[in-house]
Amino acid sequence: MNKDQVLRWLWPLVPILGAVAFISVLLIVFKTHPLDAFRSIQSGAFGDLSKSLSVLAFWVPLLLAASGLLVTFTAGLWNIGVEGQIILGSIAASGIALKVHMPSPTLQVMTEVIAAMAAGAIWAALAAILKTRGKVHEIFGGLALNNLAIILTNYLISGPWQPPEGGTFRGTAPFPENALIPRFAESRFAPLSLVFALVALVIVFVALRGTFWGLKLKALGKNPYSAYLLGVSSEREVILAMVFCGALAGLGGAVRVLSWFDSLRQSISGGIGFLALLVVMLSNYNIYWVPLIAFFFSAVLNGSISLQLRTQLHSALGGIITGILVLFILLFGDKSMLKLLRKEKTLE
Amino acid sequence: MQIEIREIRKYFGAVKANDGISMVLEGGKIYGLLGENGAGKSTLMKILSGYQPADSGQILLDGKAVHFDSPAQALKCGIGMLYQEPLDFPPFKIIENYLLGRDRRLRLDYKTVEQELKQYTQKYNFHLDIHAYIDSLSLGERQQLELIRLLAGGAQVLILDEPTTGISGDQKEQLFDSMRKLAREEGKTLILVSHKLDEVQELCDYAFVLRGGKLVGGTEIPCPNEKLVEMMFAQIPPPATRPGVHLSGAALTLVNLSVETYRLAIENINLTIRSGEVFGLAGLEGSGQELFLKACAGLVQPSKGQIYLNGEDITSWSYHRRQAANIAYVAAGRLEAGLIHGLSLTEHIVLSLPKHSFFIDWKSARQLTADRIQKYQVVGSPETRADELSGGNQQRMLFGLLRNPLRLLLLEHPTRGLDVQSANWIWELLLRRREEGTAIVFMSADLDEIIERSDRIAVFSGGKMSGVVEARQTSVDELGHLIGGAL
Repeated sequence: MNKDQVLRWLWPLVPILGAVAFISVLLIVFKTHPLDAFRSIQSGAFGDLSKSLSVLAFWVPLLLAASGLLVTFTAGLWNIGVEGQIILGSIAASGIALKVHMPSPTLQVMTEVIAAMAAGAIWAALAAILKTRGKVHEIFGGLALNNLAIILTNYLISGPWQPPEGGTFRGTAPFPENALIPRFAESRFAPLSLVFALVALVIVFVALRGTFWGLKLKALGKNPYSAYLLGVSSEREVILAMVFCGALAGLGGAVRVLSWFDSLRQSISGGIGFLALLVVMLSNYNIYWVPLIAFFFSAVLNGSISLQLRTQLHSALGGIITGILVLFILLFGDKSMLKLLRKEKTLE
Repeated sequence: MQIEIREIRKYFGAVKANDGISMVLEGGKIYGLLGENGAGKSTLMKILSGYQPADSGQILLDGKAVHFDSPAQALKCGIGMLYQEPLDFPPFKIIENYLLGRDRRLRLDYKTVEQELKQYTQKYNFHLDIHAYIDSLSLGERQQLELIRLLAGGAQVLILDEPTTGISGDQKEQLFDSMRKLAREEGKTLILVSHKLDEVQELCDYAFVLRGGKLVGGTEIPCPNEKLVEMMFAQIPPPATRPGVHLSGAALTLVNLSVETYRLAIENINLTIRSGEVFGLAGLEGSGQELFLKACAGLVQPSKGQIYLNGEDITSWSYHRRQAANIAYVAAGRLEAGLIHGLSLTEHIVLSLPKHSFFIDWKSARQLTADRIQKYQVVGSPETRADELSGGNQQRMLFGLLRNPLRLLLLEHPTRGLDVQSANWIWELLLRRREEGTAIVFMSADLDEIIERSDRIAVFSGGKMSGVVEARQTSVDELGHLIGGAL
């Protein structure tokens, strides 16, 4: 590897370090020692076993959605509908958990997971078909479908799936224990879900590096017309890439209801889809960085929950940190962009 | 303005595009920059015009060292480059394009600018309707606009990269007249990058010759063509030979074919092209040849008529279905239509293969790519990205992607931008395909090429196809007459 390649590879660290520096300044302005704040985030994330497991449990669906997004980004698609695909996965898994009773817990969970993946895939296919047949850009189709998914959740928890003791607008009744993915100790973390996520990541890696399908997606993402001339059928591949991503996002949704929560809640995804978009963009579409960055986000967001107890800061700091990160990614995320900025400056 | 280039070096990986080039150019003269593809002409000119930086070396303007980070900066210092593809905004009008180049911040001063534009067009005798939209203009007219934009930007040095490719004879004369005027009367320095020797002979005062990234010589013009060719190639290429091939049955049959687009319509074409035949399409750019090729390839749907391949009606077949039936189409735009920016040559080869397994066997794919690279004389390796190749190498790579065997091969400007030797080599490979029964239909702006390579020729003019002429019995004059619209 020459210097340029090393630099390109390490570049994702730059916006993170920049954001950390900026946040430190911000904390000093609010009369908090940055190290205190970071330490309390750290202990909030990894202070004891249950906290660490929470970080893992949050990481899994994020990683699943991000893995799927690697595929759609490769194909040049902005699958912003990933959020809705996660929600649909949650809904489908919840539907099975509430209404279908299988003879064995394994079969029960398998059915829920498969239903969730199918639902996510269908939701993604809708956006894809809107794009290929209706010429609706996947961003607009995806946003509309996201809203529909939220409306559908609200309808279900306040209507047909409301708990017997009465609607609270907050969620369904808890699922029976055998409908959940077996969780580790008393935590929200299900080891099996981590296996799902890692397998998904490996499949994405192999699909993009080693298969003809992955190469077709890459070609489509870079130059659809040339790809068409070389024999790549864009409609089929666009739909397939979206469906693939939708299935993984749906699986992520299942993990949300079957291990993080134990019921279908109002904001079931909690923005994990959007966060996953951010993770993939921050990684510069580099699969090696995706799990690390996703883990970082998970730790920061979980760690800042207990922030208020230790320091006088609101737990929203976690959100502020991710927000500042976004800004720094937009500013410095692209090395070549930076070069361009410099160029313009010397011109003045 | 005097330009001095000192020891310019630019390497792309292992490829030494410019390997220590030094030259001095004086004001008031027209210089030719000659060299075969990959000799480093474009790279050197891109460095001089601020499009890309050199790895090392210096540029001195009137003895003062300068450094450019962008073409705009180079233009401020007085160096302007006219690219093969004009840098304009097709949905805009001429005057709006011009305004964009004359950045006056918030104020859009149409009146002053209109006068400026009129002055320039009159001065150089360009006939431009300044309220016309760019996409209604010919390449030659867009070039004229570009030239005016550069001059208005204060260019003292003008670099013209293959400026006569794709423009009409009249426009070429006009361009040459204005170039002479700029050099002789206004004392500007002009650099003509070309591989057309007769143009260099006609126009230039002095010619530099590059080969393999090095400056191999320079000579006062005029001089014998042989001298230039020898410098360019180190050997004189043999004249093209054309082995006779037995023509078999009809490969492509068109019956009353009509195609309409919002810009141009071609009407009622009846034609039979036989297997093994080479069929040339002549005409001004945008006269219907391209539309004709696209209709045969399945990229545009005909409004009327039928297309038959070996007797089978393929009118309603999609591009991909025709591709599977061994029809191939090579478009003129390399990185826009054919190659993919950012993908390696191996990845291109894998994509182009007719049969695929689910997992890619990268090892054998790389081997196959290395073979194709060698066969088509591409300067690059299997890992090279398509966008890293020089224009000529991209063109050769496009041919390396073609399947074997083919029933019908449709080509847009197959040797555009290639030097004589590469063009000969490409045609040799193409003509070999005739023995396997491939019918070749190609369009070209080079009438000599059309006459030399074709069996039969059709001329397009404003969407109408002339009668078909035998290549052996026609001449450049006759074709020129037909192109002018005398059907």
